[in-house]
Amino acid sequence: MRHLLSISDLNKSDAILILDTATELARVSDGQVKKLPTLRGRTIVNLFAEDSTRTRISFEAAAKRLSADVINFSAKGSSISKGESLKDTAMTLQAMGADAVVIRHSASGAPQRLADSQWMTGSVINAGDGTHEHPSQALLDAFTIRKHLGKGGADLAGLKVAIVGDVLHSRVARSNVLLLNLLGAHVTLVAPPTLLPVGVESWPAKVSYDLDEVISQVDAVMMLRVQQERMNDLFFPNAREYSRYFGLNSQRLAMMQPHAIIMHPGPMNRGLEIAAEVADSARSVIVEQVANGVSIRMAILYVLLAGAPLEAGSN
Amino acid sequence: MSTTTFVLKGGTLVDGSISDILIDGGVITRIEKSLTDEHATVIDATDSIVLPGLVDLHTHLRQPGREDAETVASASRAGAKGGFTALSAMANTSPVADNAGVVEQVYRLGQEAGLLDVFPIGAVTEGLKGETLSEIGAMADSIARVRVFSDDGMCVFDPLVMRRALEYIKKFDGVIAQHAQEPRLTIGSQMNEGEMSARLGLRGWPAIAEEAIIARDVLLTDHVQSRLHVCHVTTAGGVEIIRWAKARGINVSAEVTPHHLLLTDDLASSYDPIFKVNPPLRTEKDVHALREALADGTIDIVATDHAPHTMESKECEWQEASFGMLGLETAISIVQKTMVDNGLLTWQGVAERMSHSPARIGGYEHQGQKISVGSVANVTLINPLKSWTVDRDLVQSRSRNTPFHGYVLPGVVTHTFYKGKLTLENGVNV
Repeated sequence: MRHLLSISDLNKSDAILILDTATELARVSDGQVKKLPTLRGRTIVNLFAEDSTRTRISFEAAAKRLSADVINFSAKGSSISKGESLKDTAMTLQAMGADAVVIRHSASGAPQRLADSQWMTGSVINAGDGTHEHPSQALLDAFTIRKHLGKGGADLAGLKVAIVGDVLHSRVARSNVLLLNLLGAHVTLVAPPTLLPVGVESWPAKVSYDLDEVISQVDAVMMLRVQQERMNDLFFPNAREYSRYFGLNSQRLAMMQPHAIIMHPGPMNRGLEIAAEVADSARSVIVEQVANGVSIRMAILYVLLAGAPLEAGSN
Repeated sequence: MSTTTFVLKGGTLVDGSISDILIDGGVITRIEKSLTDEHATVIDATDSIVLPGLVDLHTHLRQPGREDAETVASASRAGAKGGFTALSAMANTSPVADNAGVVEQVYRLGQEAGLLDVFPIGAVTEGLKGETLSEIGAMADSIARVRVFSDDGMCVFDPLVMRRALEYIKKFDGVIAQHAQEPRLTIGSQMNEGEMSARLGLRGWPAIAEEAIIARDVLLTDHVQSRLHVCHVTTAGGVEIIRWAKARGINVSAEVTPHHLLLTDDLASSYDPIFKVNPPLRTEKDVHALREALADGTIDIVATDHAPHTMESKECEWQEASFGMLGLETAISIVQKTMVDNGLLTWQGVAERMSHSPARIGGYEHQGQKISVGSVANVTLINPLKSWTVDRDLVQSRSRNTPFHGYVLPGVVTHTFYKGKLTLENGVNV
């Protein structure tokens, strides 16, 4: 495995290897000295053509804890904002000797374009591309679920997870559906019909329009952010109505099974898709997701760059 | 040896018979079992099919305005290479061909290149904006004699504008060639809407956005008793509507592109915008419906929608890239592969759908005539037994955006005659 572009690049043992590696590396993060020498002398570029402070910081912390040199290349004030093409940016990074590029981009497929082109030779890690995928987020979500609900198993067999909200535009949902299914969990997508893609029938997930029906059944509920720009684009009448049907409030929290956890990839719209008291409740693992993000991203870099052996059949 | 007199020896006519053909003074003068003419240049047509020169009703020549992507001259060479003796220059140039000045300029550029007929298409509306009619009469009466009007690239969306356009062109025996795309249903669309777009996270271009406009337009055409041509049909549903309209006697014709006869939307999974085209590649089911419709005549013609683009507008992210692909040099081979080799269409059928019918729809004089004595010598020889490998670095077009790079395709166009003059000889442009 050279790149991580999509969860579909992984087979089950690849995914479990990353989760297990993250478990090991989490110990480092918990220790006094947070650094490992693994990637000393390697250069990792964070190419963030779309703003995302939290994901960039998470990847930066992960790379630094593995002793890599990190170069941050952000949209604002960079050559990207001056109209430089992806090709020219890639060739520049190649000339600088980047061993890996962590790319966040508003265009679906931009990471794959980088990986498939002859423009650069390093590893490409998708840190979120358009409305396509966000594989490191899905891995950290799976890691978080396994930690809380895994009962010591390597995978997530039999667990029920609801993904709630704007599935249509969500790269987090796409990666999570693939990964949770790969790990044996049962996914139900809950959304207004306007925010589900045509073709969702082919996904390995159930679909429901009724959060109340689903919420009591699941072991984990994953709330998706509703972007501001969707508000006035005919997807639903208004924010209040959305919140009434698809928001996670304290009434719905009370309907959940006692062991069930609440997740959100952030940043949250408190009061819209999730009520403040729910986000801050004991059932919420949202802050922990952030911490787990660093461990997972360390594991991804470790597996891709330090050459940990993966089983045959990986992509 | 003469450069104006040729004997084509042993070629197969579309009815399956084998004959020699004498071309003299730009006209087919004799067709006999065995011909000799001491002044004529002899061309061995053994194993080749003798087709009437191919006529494309839908070509983007990019001139004026985007001469970095294509010119009338380079497209003419690409056309000759692909066996064409006539192209139709779409109006979405810069400036737009919405007045007599631009269509006459394009017409003259075609004449200067001299490799085939270039028939300018006039815009339906000023600036392709869909608001007010362009100077349809002035273009019709210009030296370019425009008969086909299209806002291709844009849909004539406003139903009242479309109605008036359909009515007005009746005075000029014209036809509206509609790019059927409901604009509100396709805002920001990137590819066919379905399983693949859902997976790839690319915004969908639903089939219904094409079908809704086709349905509306055939009804309008019926109501005002005019003539409609539907550009690049891509969906099984669109085919059904056209079939219904024809059965009802509505004066509608339709085209399909070679790429929509072969390629499907799963190619988008590469995110390589070489496969980005408008209307988008559809599903296997649509491809089969299009092939059947072309075979049974519901779809009248093949038109290339040849759309050259510079490298930089394709070497980028999918959503940043331009829509369109080259078509002229691969068209007949794709048709052989998708229609002839599997028995869906005879070579007679190919001649109708790529020469006779497009010339008839466009009202193109001296084009699309049968291979018979007295016809203008627009003739294409294709050897269906040979195959070739598409190489984007060897195309005649100024651009390289062919989706077929590396494909091994059947059918080699060896010779093209335009008004009795060789424009392609042994596969090499003259």
